[in-house]
Amino acid sequence: MLNLAATVLTAVDDGNAEGASQNFFQWLFGTSGFHPPSVKDFNPEALLFGGTILEFNRITFVRVVAAVVMIGIFWLGARRAKVVPGRGQAALELVLDFVRVQIAEEVMGAERARKYVPFLTTLFIAIVFFNITSVVPLLNIPGTSLIGLPIVMALWVYVMYLGAGVRKLGLGGFLKSSLFPPGVPWPIYLLLAPIEAIQVFVLRPATLALRLAANMIAGHLLLVLTFAASHYFLLEATGALKAVGAVSLTAGLAFTLFEIFVALLQAYIFTILAAAYINLAVEEEH
Amino acid sequence: MSPLLIAAVDPGGAKSEFNPILPTNYDLLWSTVVFVIIALLFMRYLLPKFQKVLDERAQLIEGGISKAEHAQAEAAAALEEYTAQLREARTEAAKIREHARQEAAQIVADGREKAIHDAERIAETSVKQIEAERQQAVVSLRAEIGSLATELASRIVGESLADDARQQRLIDGFLEELESSVKERS
Repeated sequence: MLNLAATVLTAVDDGNAEGASQNFFQWLFGTSGFHPPSVKDFNPEALLFGGTILEFNRITFVRVVAAVVMIGIFWLGARRAKVVPGRGQAALELVLDFVRVQIAEEVMGAERARKYVPFLTTLFIAIVFFNITSVVPLLNIPGTSLIGLPIVMALWVYVMYLGAGVRKLGLGGFLKSSLFPPGVPWPIYLLLAPIEAIQVFVLRPATLALRLAANMIAGHLLLVLTFAASHYFLLEATGALKAVGAVSLTAGLAFTLFEIFVALLQAYIFTILAAAYINLAVEEEH
Repeated sequence: MSPLLIAAVDPGGAKSEFNPILPTNYDLLWSTVVFVIIALLFMRYLLPKFQKVLDERAQLIEGGISKAEHAQAEAAAALEEYTAQLREARTEAAKIREHARQEAAQIVADGREKAIHDAERIAETSVKQIEAERQQAVVSLRAEIGSLATELASRIVGESLADDARQQRLIDGFLEELESSVKERS
Protein backbone atom coordinates (compact mmCIF):
# COMPACT_ATOMS: atom_id res chain seq x y z
CA MET A 1 0.00 0.00 0.00
CA LEU A 2 2.91 2.38 0.67
CA ASN A 3 4.12 1.96 -2.86
CA LEU A 4 0.64 2.71 -4.05
CA ALA A 5 0.40 5.87 -1.97
CA ALA A 6 3.77 6.90 -3.33
CA THR A 7 2.50 6.40 -6.85
CA VAL A 8 -0.55 8.51 -6.12
CA LEU A 9 1.56 11.23 -4.60
CA THR A 10 4.28 11.35 -7.30
CA ALA A 11 2.37 14.04 -9.13
CA VAL A 12 2.30 16.22 -6.03
CA ASP A 13 5.94 15.51 -5.16
CA ASP A 14 7.13 16.72 -8.55
CA GLY A 15 8.41 20.19 -7.72
CA ASN A 16 6.34 22.56 -5.61
CA ALA A 17 2.61 22.21 -5.03
CA GLU A 18 1.74 25.02 -7.42
CA GLY A 19 3.70 23.40 -10.16
CA ALA A 20 2.02 20.09 -9.42
CA SER A 21 -1.48 21.52 -9.63
CA GLN A 22 -0.45 23.34 -12.79
CA ASN A 23 0.81 20.02 -14.13
CA PHE A 24 -2.48 18.42 -13.17
CA PHE A 25 -4.62 20.99 -14.96
CA GLN A 26 -2.30 20.94 -17.95
CA TRP A 27 -2.86 17.24 -18.07
CA LEU A 28 -6.58 17.51 -17.36
CA PHE A 29 -7.23 19.93 -20.19
CA GLY A 30 -4.46 18.59 -22.44
CA THR A 31 -5.48 17.51 -25.89
CA SER A 32 -3.78 15.17 -28.30
CA GLY A 33 -6.39 14.28 -30.83
CA PHE A 34 -9.45 12.14 -30.43
CA HIS A 35 -9.01 9.02 -28.30
CA PRO A 36 -11.92 6.64 -28.58
CA PRO A 37 -12.36 4.34 -25.61
CA SER A 38 -10.86 0.90 -25.98
CA VAL A 39 -10.64 -2.41 -24.18
CA LYS A 40 -7.29 -1.22 -22.86
CA ASP A 41 -9.33 0.65 -20.26
CA PHE A 42 -10.14 -2.70 -18.75
CA ASN A 43 -6.54 -3.83 -18.69
CA PRO A 44 -4.76 -0.90 -17.08
CA GLU A 45 -1.07 -1.03 -16.23
CA ALA A 46 -0.15 -2.70 -12.99
CA LEU A 47 0.51 -0.59 -9.94
CA LEU A 48 1.87 -3.43 -7.81
CA PHE A 49 2.97 -7.02 -8.39
CA GLY A 50 2.69 -6.64 -12.15
CA GLY A 51 2.50 -9.90 -14.03
CA THR A 52 1.70 -12.00 -10.95
CA ILE A 53 -1.66 -13.27 -9.80
CA LEU A 54 -1.61 -10.54 -7.16
CA GLU A 55 -1.40 -7.77 -9.75
CA PHE A 56 -2.93 -4.60 -8.38
CA ASN A 57 -4.14 -2.05 -10.91
CA ARG A 58 -6.66 0.80 -11.24
CA ILE A 59 -9.68 -1.46 -11.33
CA THR A 60 -8.59 -3.45 -8.29
CA PHE A 61 -7.95 -0.14 -6.56
CA VAL A 62 -11.44 1.06 -7.49
CA ARG A 63 -12.88 -2.16 -6.04
CA VAL A 64 -11.02 -1.59 -2.78
CA VAL A 65 -12.35 1.96 -2.59
CA ALA A 66 -15.91 0.79 -3.31
CA ALA A 67 -15.66 -1.96 -0.70
CA VAL A 68 -14.26 0.40 1.95
CA VAL A 69 -16.98 2.98 1.30
CA MET A 70 -19.69 0.31 1.33
CA ILE A 71 -18.52 -1.24 4.58
CA GLY A 72 -18.02 2.21 6.09
CA ILE A 73 -21.54 3.37 5.28
CA PHE A 74 -23.21 0.24 6.58
CA TRP A 75 -20.94 0.02 9.60
CA LEU A 76 -21.83 3.57 10.57
CA GLY A 77 -25.49 2.90 9.83
CA ALA A 78 -25.55 -0.22 11.97
CA ARG A 79 -23.64 1.42 14.80
CA ARG A 80 -26.10 4.29 15.04
CA ALA A 81 -29.20 2.15 14.47
CA LYS A 82 -32.16 3.25 16.58
CA VAL A 83 -35.83 2.28 16.77
CA VAL A 84 -36.81 5.64 15.40
CA PRO A 85 -34.66 5.94 12.28
CA GLY A 86 -32.99 9.19 11.28
CA ARG A 87 -32.57 10.14 7.65
CA GLY A 88 -29.50 8.01 6.99
CA GLN A 89 -30.86 4.95 8.71
CA ALA A 90 -34.23 5.31 6.97
CA ALA A 91 -32.47 5.43 3.61
CA LEU A 92 -30.44 2.31 4.44
CA GLU A 93 -33.58 0.57 5.69
CA LEU A 94 -35.27 1.46 2.43
CA VAL A 95 -32.53 -0.42 0.55
CA LEU A 96 -32.61 -3.40 2.91
CA ASP A 97 -36.41 -3.56 2.76
CA PHE A 98 -36.30 -3.38 -1.02
CA VAL A 99 -34.10 -6.49 -1.23
CA ARG A 100 -36.09 -8.32 1.43
CA VAL A 101 -39.58 -7.53 0.13
CA GLN A 102 -39.18 -6.86 -3.58
CA ILE A 103 -36.60 -9.55 -4.32
CA ALA A 104 -36.36 -12.28 -1.71
CA GLU A 105 -39.97 -12.53 -0.53
CA GLU A 106 -41.36 -11.80 -3.97
CA VAL A 107 -39.48 -14.73 -5.51
CA MET A 108 -39.24 -17.26 -2.69
CA GLY A 109 -42.10 -16.44 -0.36
CA ALA A 110 -41.58 -14.97 3.09
CA GLU A 111 -41.01 -18.32 4.82
CA ARG A 112 -38.23 -19.62 2.57
CA ALA A 113 -36.73 -16.20 1.90
CA ARG A 114 -35.76 -15.50 5.51
CA LYS A 115 -32.78 -17.82 5.32
CA TYR A 116 -31.40 -16.23 2.17
CA VAL A 117 -32.14 -12.55 2.82
CA PRO A 118 -28.65 -11.81 4.22
CA PHE A 119 -26.99 -13.46 1.24
CA LEU A 120 -29.17 -11.67 -1.32
CA THR A 121 -28.83 -8.33 0.46
CA THR A 122 -25.05 -8.60 0.50
CA LEU A 123 -25.05 -9.55 -3.15
CA PHE A 124 -27.30 -6.68 -4.18
CA ILE A 125 -25.51 -3.98 -2.21
CA ALA A 126 -22.05 -5.18 -3.24
CA ILE A 127 -22.99 -5.19 -6.93
CA VAL A 128 -24.55 -1.73 -6.66
CA PHE A 129 -21.40 -0.33 -5.08
CA PHE A 130 -19.04 -2.02 -7.54
CA ASN A 131 -21.20 -0.86 -10.47
CA ILE A 132 -21.75 2.71 -9.37
CA THR A 133 -18.01 3.52 -9.43
CA SER A 134 -18.61 3.79 -13.17
CA VAL A 135 -19.98 7.31 -12.77
CA VAL A 136 -17.90 8.51 -9.81
CA PRO A 137 -15.23 10.99 -10.90
CA LEU A 138 -11.64 9.81 -10.28
CA LEU A 139 -12.78 6.20 -10.13
CA ASN A 140 -14.54 6.28 -13.49
CA ILE A 141 -14.71 2.56 -14.05
CA PRO A 142 -17.08 -0.06 -12.69
CA GLY A 143 -15.41 -2.57 -10.40
CA THR A 144 -17.52 -5.22 -12.11
CA SER A 145 -16.31 -4.35 -15.61
CA LEU A 146 -13.41 -6.78 -15.27
CA ILE A 147 -14.95 -10.26 -15.50
CA GLY A 148 -13.15 -11.58 -12.41
CA LEU A 149 -15.48 -10.04 -9.86
CA PRO A 150 -18.69 -11.06 -11.67
CA ILE A 151 -17.29 -14.60 -11.94
CA VAL A 152 -16.60 -14.73 -8.23
CA MET A 153 -20.11 -13.50 -7.49
CA ALA A 154 -21.69 -15.90 -9.98
CA LEU A 155 -19.71 -18.77 -8.40
CA TRP A 156 -20.97 -17.75 -5.00
CA VAL A 157 -24.56 -17.95 -6.31
CA TYR A 158 -23.70 -21.26 -8.04
CA VAL A 159 -22.42 -22.80 -4.80
CA MET A 160 -25.39 -21.40 -2.89
CA TYR A 161 -28.05 -22.85 -5.16
CA LEU A 162 -26.34 -26.20 -5.69
CA GLY A 163 -25.76 -26.43 -1.94
CA ALA A 164 -29.35 -25.46 -1.17
CA GLY A 165 -30.71 -28.02 -3.64
CA VAL A 166 -28.52 -30.90 -2.43
CA ARG A 167 -29.17 -30.11 1.21
CA LYS A 168 -32.92 -30.00 0.65
CA LEU A 169 -33.42 -32.93 -1.75
CA GLY A 170 -30.22 -34.96 -1.43
CA LEU A 171 -27.81 -35.35 -4.35
CA GLY A 172 -30.01 -37.84 -6.21
CA GLY A 173 -33.21 -35.94 -5.57
CA PHE A 174 -31.65 -32.68 -6.67
CA LEU A 175 -30.32 -34.18 -9.91
CA LYS A 176 -33.64 -35.87 -10.59
CA SER A 177 -35.70 -32.76 -10.02
CA SER A 178 -33.26 -30.59 -12.01
CA LEU A 179 -32.50 -32.84 -14.96
CA PHE A 180 -35.74 -34.80 -15.27
CA PRO A 181 -38.59 -32.36 -14.89
CA PRO A 182 -41.83 -34.33 -14.57
CA GLY A 183 -44.65 -34.20 -17.05
CA VAL A 184 -42.94 -35.25 -20.27
CA PRO A 185 -42.88 -38.67 -21.92
CA TRP A 186 -39.64 -40.49 -21.11
CA PRO A 187 -37.95 -40.48 -24.55
CA ILE A 188 -37.90 -36.69 -24.40
CA TYR A 189 -35.48 -36.98 -21.46
CA LEU A 190 -32.80 -38.05 -23.93
CA LEU A 191 -32.96 -34.49 -25.23
CA LEU A 192 -34.14 -32.67 -22.16
CA ALA A 193 -31.71 -34.00 -19.56
CA PRO A 194 -28.52 -32.80 -21.32
CA ILE A 195 -30.10 -29.41 -22.00
CA GLU A 196 -31.15 -29.06 -18.38
CA ALA A 197 -27.70 -30.19 -17.25
CA ILE A 198 -25.98 -27.53 -19.36
CA GLN A 199 -28.54 -25.03 -18.15
CA VAL A 200 -28.10 -25.78 -14.45
CA PHE A 201 -24.37 -26.44 -14.33
CA VAL A 202 -22.97 -24.10 -16.97
CA LEU A 203 -25.34 -21.55 -18.42
CA ARG A 204 -26.83 -20.13 -15.25
CA PRO A 205 -23.58 -19.06 -13.60
CA ALA A 206 -21.96 -18.15 -16.94
CA THR A 207 -24.83 -15.89 -17.99
CA LEU A 208 -24.93 -14.27 -14.58
CA ALA A 209 -21.26 -13.28 -14.81
CA LEU A 210 -21.32 -12.35 -18.49
CA ARG A 211 -24.51 -10.29 -18.32
CA LEU A 212 -23.17 -8.17 -15.49
CA ALA A 213 -19.67 -7.69 -16.92
CA ALA A 214 -20.90 -7.05 -20.48
CA ASN A 215 -23.41 -4.45 -19.32
CA MET A 216 -20.86 -2.60 -17.26
CA ILE A 217 -18.21 -2.78 -20.00
CA ALA A 218 -20.65 -1.45 -22.59
CA GLY A 219 -21.85 1.26 -20.23
CA HIS A 220 -18.31 2.37 -19.50
CA LEU A 221 -17.37 2.43 -23.21
CA LEU A 222 -20.46 4.45 -24.02
CA LEU A 223 -19.76 6.98 -21.28
CA VAL A 224 -16.10 7.35 -22.17
CA LEU A 225 -17.03 7.73 -25.83
CA THR A 226 -19.27 10.71 -25.07
CA PHE A 227 -16.64 12.20 -22.78
CA ALA A 228 -13.83 11.70 -25.30
CA ALA A 229 -15.97 13.30 -28.00
CA SER A 230 -16.81 16.21 -25.72
CA HIS A 231 -13.14 16.67 -24.89
CA TYR A 232 -12.19 16.70 -28.53
CA PHE A 233 -15.00 18.90 -29.78
CA LEU A 234 -15.00 21.42 -26.95
CA LEU A 235 -11.27 21.83 -26.43
CA GLU A 236 -9.69 20.94 -29.73
CA ALA A 237 -12.12 21.43 -32.57
CA THR A 238 -12.81 24.89 -33.93
CA GLY A 239 -15.84 26.76 -35.12
CA ALA A 240 -19.15 25.06 -35.55
CA LEU A 241 -17.73 21.72 -34.44
CA LYS A 242 -17.60 23.03 -30.88
CA ALA A 243 -21.40 22.94 -30.94
CA VAL A 244 -21.21 19.21 -31.49
CA GLY A 245 -19.40 19.06 -28.16
CA ALA A 246 -22.51 20.43 -26.46
CA VAL A 247 -24.50 17.62 -28.00
CA SER A 248 -22.02 14.96 -26.94
CA LEU A 249 -21.82 16.39 -23.43
CA THR A 250 -25.61 16.32 -23.16
CA ALA A 251 -25.42 12.73 -24.34
CA GLY A 252 -22.80 12.17 -21.61
CA LEU A 253 -25.23 13.54 -19.03
CA ALA A 254 -28.01 11.32 -20.31
CA PHE A 255 -25.79 8.25 -20.43
CA THR A 256 -24.51 8.94 -16.92
CA LEU A 257 -28.09 8.88 -15.66
CA PHE A 258 -28.67 5.79 -17.76
CA GLU A 259 -25.52 4.20 -16.35
CA ILE A 260 -26.79 4.81 -12.80
CA PHE A 261 -30.03 3.15 -13.79
CA VAL A 262 -28.17 0.22 -15.39
CA ALA A 263 -25.95 -0.15 -12.32
CA LEU A 264 -29.06 -0.55 -10.14
CA LEU A 265 -30.91 -2.63 -12.70
CA GLN A 266 -28.04 -5.10 -13.16
CA ALA A 267 -27.71 -5.50 -9.40
CA TYR A 268 -31.47 -6.12 -9.24
CA ILE A 269 -31.38 -8.64 -12.10
CA PHE A 270 -28.37 -10.48 -10.67
CA THR A 271 -29.99 -10.71 -7.26
CA ILE A 272 -33.45 -11.67 -8.44
CA LEU A 273 -31.95 -14.40 -10.66
CA ALA A 274 -29.88 -15.67 -7.73
CA ALA A 275 -33.09 -15.85 -5.69
CA ALA A 276 -34.90 -17.59 -8.54
CA TYR A 277 -32.10 -20.17 -9.00
CA ILE A 278 -32.08 -20.98 -5.31
CA ASN A 279 -35.85 -21.25 -5.36
CA LEU A 280 -35.77 -23.61 -8.37
CA ALA A 281 -33.12 -25.76 -6.70
CA VAL A 282 -35.05 -26.28 -3.46
CA GLU A 283 -38.42 -26.85 -5.10
CA GLU A 284 -39.56 -30.47 -5.38
CA GLU A 285 -41.22 -29.99 -8.73
CA HIS A 286 -41.28 -27.17 -11.18
CA MET B 1 -1.54 -3.38 -30.22
CA SER B 2 -3.87 -1.60 -32.56
CA PRO B 3 -2.77 1.67 -34.17
CA LEU B 4 -5.24 3.52 -32.00
CA LEU B 5 -3.66 2.23 -28.80
CA ILE B 6 -0.22 3.12 -30.07
CA ALA B 7 -1.52 6.58 -30.77
CA ALA B 8 -2.77 6.77 -27.22
CA VAL B 9 0.59 6.00 -25.66
CA ASP B 10 2.96 7.56 -28.22
CA PRO B 11 4.95 10.68 -27.22
CA GLY B 12 2.27 12.95 -28.65
CA GLY B 13 -0.20 11.50 -26.19
CA ALA B 14 2.19 11.19 -23.26
CA LYS B 15 0.12 13.60 -21.23
CA SER B 16 -2.76 11.14 -21.10
CA GLU B 17 -0.57 8.98 -18.83
CA PHE B 18 -0.39 11.51 -16.01
CA ASN B 19 -0.71 9.00 -13.24
CA PRO B 20 -1.61 5.34 -13.52
CA ILE B 21 -4.11 5.58 -10.66
CA LEU B 22 -6.20 8.20 -12.50
CA PRO B 23 -8.56 7.59 -15.38
CA THR B 24 -7.82 9.21 -18.73
CA ASN B 25 -8.00 12.98 -18.61
CA TYR B 26 -11.10 13.39 -20.81
CA ASP B 27 -12.90 10.74 -18.79
CA LEU B 28 -12.09 12.44 -15.50
CA LEU B 29 -12.81 15.98 -16.73
CA TRP B 30 -16.18 15.39 -18.34
CA SER B 31 -17.47 12.83 -15.92
CA THR B 32 -16.74 15.37 -13.18
CA VAL B 33 -18.70 18.01 -15.07
CA VAL B 34 -21.61 15.64 -15.55
CA PHE B 35 -21.36 14.35 -11.98
CA VAL B 36 -21.48 17.88 -10.57
CA ILE B 37 -24.56 18.68 -12.66
CA ILE B 38 -26.32 15.53 -11.54
CA ALA B 39 -25.27 15.98 -7.93
CA LEU B 40 -26.58 19.56 -7.93
CA LEU B 41 -29.90 18.48 -9.42
CA PHE B 42 -30.18 15.70 -6.87
CA MET B 43 -29.26 17.83 -3.90
CA ARG B 44 -31.34 20.82 -4.98
CA TYR B 45 -34.53 19.09 -6.10
CA LEU B 46 -34.78 15.38 -5.44
CA LEU B 47 -33.16 14.75 -2.09
CA PRO B 48 -35.05 17.48 -0.18
CA LYS B 49 -38.34 15.80 -1.07
CA PHE B 50 -36.96 12.43 -0.13
CA GLN B 51 -35.59 13.80 3.12
CA LYS B 52 -38.92 15.42 3.87
CA VAL B 53 -40.62 12.08 3.55
CA LEU B 54 -38.00 10.41 5.72
CA ASP B 55 -38.25 13.16 8.33
CA GLU B 56 -42.02 12.89 8.33
CA ARG B 57 -41.76 9.16 8.82
CA ALA B 58 -39.31 9.60 11.68
CA GLN B 59 -41.66 12.14 13.24
CA LEU B 60 -44.61 9.85 12.74
CA ILE B 61 -42.85 6.95 14.44
CA GLU B 62 -41.53 9.17 17.18
CA GLY B 63 -44.99 10.71 17.64
CA GLY B 64 -46.55 7.24 17.84
CA ILE B 65 -44.00 6.05 20.36
CA SER B 66 -44.30 9.17 22.50
CA LYS B 67 -48.08 8.93 22.35
CA ALA B 68 -47.92 5.33 23.49
CA GLU B 69 -45.50 6.27 26.25
CA HIS B 70 -47.80 9.10 27.29
CA ALA B 71 -50.79 6.75 27.39
CA GLN B 72 -48.79 4.24 29.39
CA ALA B 73 -47.69 6.90 31.85
CA GLU B 74 -51.28 8.06 32.17
CA ALA B 75 -52.48 4.51 32.81
CA ALA B 76 -49.76 4.02 35.41
CA ALA B 77 -50.75 7.27 37.11
CA ALA B 78 -54.42 6.27 37.13
CA LEU B 79 -53.54 2.87 38.57
CA GLU B 80 -51.43 4.55 41.21
CA GLU B 81 -54.31 6.86 42.07
CA TYR B 82 -56.80 4.03 42.27
CA THR B 83 -54.48 2.00 44.43
CA ALA B 84 -54.02 4.98 46.73
CA GLN B 85 -57.75 5.55 46.91
CA LEU B 86 -58.36 1.90 47.63
CA ARG B 87 -55.75 1.93 50.35
CA GLU B 88 -57.32 5.05 51.85
CA ALA B 89 -60.78 3.49 51.72
CA ARG B 90 -59.50 0.36 53.44
CA THR B 91 -57.85 2.43 56.16
CA GLU B 92 -61.03 4.39 56.64
CA ALA B 93 -63.14 1.24 56.79
CA ALA B 94 -60.81 -0.22 59.38
CA LYS B 95 -61.03 3.00 61.34
CA ILE B 96 -64.83 2.97 61.18
CA ARG B 97 -64.93 -0.67 62.27
CA GLU B 98 -62.62 0.07 65.17
CA HIS B 99 -64.74 3.03 66.15
CA ALA B 100 -67.92 0.98 65.98
CA ARG B 101 -66.38 -1.71 68.11
CA GLN B 102 -65.34 0.84 70.71
CA GLU B 103 -68.80 2.37 70.66
CA ALA B 104 -70.42 -0.99 71.05
CA ALA B 105 -68.19 -1.78 73.98
CA GLN B 106 -69.05 1.60 75.43
CA ILE B 107 -72.75 0.96 74.96
CA VAL B 108 -72.48 -2.46 76.57
CA ALA B 109 -70.53 -1.01 79.48
CA ASP B 110 -73.03 1.81 79.88
CA GLY B 111 -75.93 -0.63 79.72
CA ARG B 112 -74.32 -2.82 82.28
CA GLU B 113 -73.70 0.07 84.62
CA LYS B 114 -77.24 1.32 84.20
CA ALA B 115 -78.63 -2.15 84.84
CA ILE B 116 -76.55 -2.47 87.97
CA HIS B 117 -77.66 0.95 89.06
CA ASP B 118 -81.30 0.13 88.35
CA ALA B 119 -81.03 -3.14 90.18
CA GLU B 120 -79.52 -1.39 93.14
CA ARG B 121 -82.20 1.22 93.06
CA ILE B 122 -84.95 -1.39 92.77
CA ALA B 123 -83.43 -3.38 95.59
CA GLU B 124 -83.17 -0.29 97.75
CA THR B 125 -86.77 0.68 97.04
CA SER B 126 -87.90 -2.84 97.85
CA VAL B 127 -85.98 -2.80 101.09
CA LYS B 128 -87.58 0.50 102.02
CA GLN B 129 -91.03 -0.70 101.05
CA ILE B 130 -90.56 -3.88 102.95
CA GLU B 131 -89.38 -1.88 105.88
CA ALA B 132 -92.40 0.41 105.64
CA GLU B 133 -94.78 -2.51 105.37
CA ARG B 134 -93.11 -4.23 108.24
CA GLN B 135 -93.42 -1.05 110.24
CA GLN B 136 -97.07 -0.83 109.33
CA ALA B 137 -97.59 -4.48 110.18
CA VAL B 138 -95.84 -4.00 113.46
CA VAL B 139 -98.07 -1.02 114.23
CA SER B 140 -101.27 -2.80 113.24
CA LEU B 141 -100.16 -5.97 114.98
CA ARG B 142 -99.37 -4.03 118.10
CA ALA B 143 -102.86 -2.54 118.06
CA GLU B 144 -104.55 -5.85 117.31
CA ILE B 145 -102.49 -7.90 119.74
CA GLY B 146 -103.04 -5.22 122.38
CA SER B 147 -106.84 -5.33 122.07
CA LEU B 148 -106.87 -9.12 121.89
CA ALA B 149 -104.62 -9.51 124.88
CA THR B 150 -106.60 -6.90 126.85
CA GLU B 151 -109.84 -8.67 126.07
CA LEU B 152 -108.29 -11.98 127.01
CA ALA B 153 -106.83 -10.67 130.20
CA SER B 154 -110.04 -8.97 131.23
CA ARG B 155 -111.91 -12.15 130.66
CA ILE B 156 -109.35 -14.07 132.70
CA VAL B 157 -109.13 -11.44 135.43
CA GLY B 158 -112.87 -10.71 135.21
CA GLU B 159 -112.16 -7.12 135.57
CA SER B 160 -112.57 -4.60 132.83
CA LEU B 161 -109.60 -2.62 132.05
CA ALA B 162 -111.69 0.26 130.98
CA ASP B 163 -109.14 2.93 131.53
CA ASP B 164 -107.64 3.28 128.03
CA ALA B 165 -104.52 5.15 129.00
CA ARG B 166 -103.57 2.70 131.60
CA GLN B 167 -104.39 -0.16 129.33
CA GLN B 168 -102.17 1.20 126.56
CA ARG B 169 -99.27 1.69 128.91
CA LEU B 170 -99.64 -1.89 130.08
CA ILE B 171 -99.68 -3.26 126.52
CA ASP B 172 -96.66 -1.23 125.40
CA GLY B 173 -94.71 -2.43 128.38
CA PHE B 174 -95.59 -5.99 127.60
CA LEU B 175 -94.74 -5.69 123.93
CA GLU B 176 -91.34 -4.10 124.62
CA GLU B 177 -90.61 -6.86 127.01
CA LEU B 178 -91.65 -9.33 124.34
CA GLU B 179 -89.54 -7.61 121.67
CA SER B 180 -86.45 -7.53 123.77
CA SER B 181 -86.87 -11.19 124.63
CA VAL B 182 -87.23 -11.99 120.90
CA LYS B 183 -84.06 -9.94 120.12
CA GLU B 184 -82.17 -11.80 122.84
CA ARG B 185 -83.26 -15.07 121.47
CA SER B 186 -82.26 -14.22 117.94
